[in-house]
Amino acid sequence: MRHEVIEKSVTLMMVLIVCAVSVGGLVELVPLMMNGEVTEPAENIEVYSPLRLAGRDVYVREGCYNCHSQQIRPFRSETERYGPYSVAGEFVYDRPFQFGSKRTGPDLARVGGRYSDDWHYLHMVDPRVLVPESNMPGYPWLSDRLVDTELVVSKLEALQTLGDPYTDEQIANAPAELDGKTEMDAIIAYLQGLGTNRSNRR
Amino acid sequence: MIGMGHRIHAVRPHKNNFNRDKALQNSAEYNDTVVRQFAIMTVVWGVVGMLAGVFIAAQLIWPALNFELPFLTYSRLRPLHTNAVIFAFGGSALFATAYYVVQRTCHVRLAFDKLASFTFWGWQTVILLAAITLPLGITQGKEYAELEWPIDLLIAVVWVSFALVFFGTIVKRRIKHIYVANWFYGAFIITVAILHIFNNLALPVTLTKSYQIYTGVVDGMMQWWYGHNAVGFFLTAGFLGMMYYFVPKQAGRPIYSYRLSVVHFWSLIAIYMWAGPHHLHYTSLPDWAQTLGMVFSLVLLAPSWGGMINGIMTLSGAWHKLRTDPILKFMIVSLSFYGMSTFEGPMMSIKTVNALSHYTDWTIGHVHSGALGWVAMMTIGAMYSLIPRLYNRESMYSTKLIDVHFWTSTIGVVLYAVSMWVAGITQGLMWRAVNDDGTLTYSFIESLKATYPYYGLRLIGGILFISGMFIMVYNVWKTISEQKPVPVPVMDPA
Repeated sequence: MRHEVIEKSVTLMMVLIVCAVSVGGLVELVPLMMNGEVTEPAENIEVYSPLRLAGRDVYVREGCYNCHSQQIRPFRSETERYGPYSVAGEFVYDRPFQFGSKRTGPDLARVGGRYSDDWHYLHMVDPRVLVPESNMPGYPWLSDRLVDTELVVSKLEALQTLGDPYTDEQIANAPAELDGKTEMDAIIAYLQGLGTNRSNRR
Repeated sequence: MIGMGHRIHAVRPHKNNFNRDKALQNSAEYNDTVVRQFAIMTVVWGVVGMLAGVFIAAQLIWPALNFELPFLTYSRLRPLHTNAVIFAFGGSALFATAYYVVQRTCHVRLAFDKLASFTFWGWQTVILLAAITLPLGITQGKEYAELEWPIDLLIAVVWVSFALVFFGTIVKRRIKHIYVANWFYGAFIITVAILHIFNNLALPVTLTKSYQIYTGVVDGMMQWWYGHNAVGFFLTAGFLGMMYYFVPKQAGRPIYSYRLSVVHFWSLIAIYMWAGPHHLHYTSLPDWAQTLGMVFSLVLLAPSWGGMINGIMTLSGAWHKLRTDPILKFMIVSLSFYGMSTFEGPMMSIKTVNALSHYTDWTIGHVHSGALGWVAMMTIGAMYSLIPRLYNRESMYSTKLIDVHFWTSTIGVVLYAVSMWVAGITQGLMWRAVNDDGTLTYSFIESLKATYPYYGLRLIGGILFISGMFIMVYNVWKTISEQKPVPVPVMDPA
């Protein structure tokens, strides 16, 4: 077809543009959505407990993904540093995914259990107390803020609607579990659970 | 009451006539009001977005600059920086030039005056809401798609209005052919709408929090299908549209090759959409998708360079103008950076190269040779060419100052890019270094320590670039402050 025909018809041009830009996304996204390997949970992967969910949302809110990845690549240098490489089934309850694209700080996919809760607390308040050369900002305000229990309940209900397998009992027990917890408690609980579905030991 | 009613009736027909006359007179003039508004905001948001960039660059060296204040913390401000430069600065430039170019190349006034005005105020509202919500930590946590659902809805409405105004103007054009710049602007408008809608599908929990309907790897693929094409369409196709009008105009030469523009347009828009997975190399995204992403990213070099060659070769026979016209220098250096970063991109998408470069500051360097070198420099050139015309002048207040701006920004980008290349490669090599016994040579923090000098150099590069922007602000102010814009009559097609 002569290009002149397209150039003279704005409708034809718009239709062809939509066709041209649609193929790539369809080919890469649709099969992925149908692929059980990336949509089914891996062994030992369960939905986030209410406290860990609250912690994950603090992680997202503070923008930790701007400096920390959660994705260990299958290289010896990475498995040596961070632990077994990441697999798709470990992320099926992650909304949004937090793979990250920059490591100004280290990867956190398997940080769970590496340090004590106290270490994390001190590190979140002032990272340079423990790592003098660090450029990570401190997040001291997290220990002053209580987790919003009602909000977490609405979140759990929303996730249930989206198909995450929370039981009604889990949601009903959430307020008791969250009672008196600070956002600092929540984010430490979240970090301490990261990657613990698999043993770090070889 | 009856009397008053009569009076209103008596006034109405007269007012209607008046409006009709005004409308007739109006349709013979270009709507440059909205172009002026967006052009001025381009300069303003450029300064704001880059200032945010300089500030967070300093925070990476001196973490005390976070002041332990939540809303001044690096991790909340970095999305503010990226959104401000891409959507506020880049977006305003695209609106301004798309509206200007589509009127000039279709020989008609912009369609739907009120809707056009709505796109200006709507888009500025989006930017304002972003500037408030992001420092508050209201975010979807996906790069360049951080804004929460109510703002996403507003963006969708503004964007549809943009499409109506733009394509409405093309529909009533007075020449048969649609000019090449408009193909690129059109593809950019359509595709950004598609990307924005699909990547932001979410279930709201409250006004400020929602959950994505996708999870994990699927969400990741969706995000980078969006994210890479925010680059491919927002920052490439749209700016190629700008290039296809302003470079020939400034050079006083026709586009080098019509055939090349046809071929590289269709191949660029089709191939870009496949390149997203290169952001997820060696992650838990299935291999077939990674391979597709890599192959198409490599192929993408050809259409990208098609655009660069078409732009640069347009100067054939006009190269001498570079000696006297710093605006043209901005455009040519911009195209050179475009060529450089569209070579670098495919190279970084090769899996073995990516294994080294991914997660390092090399990526940051690559992004900035695109964003500062290509996008900002093309925008700056286009604005220096556009703003005097919008304010009834032959040229900017000072050509000398444009030249000073040119050199400050060029040196600034080069410092930025080079320091981040060295930083990135250093990090990549240190992370993978192993001793003879198989243990890791360096701890993570040692790689950060090695990076600090380069963060310093990068900061200097950024400061140079923003100094250039301040020179621009002064020059623009001196150009427009005493001028009264005069409506420009619509030109008849040749």
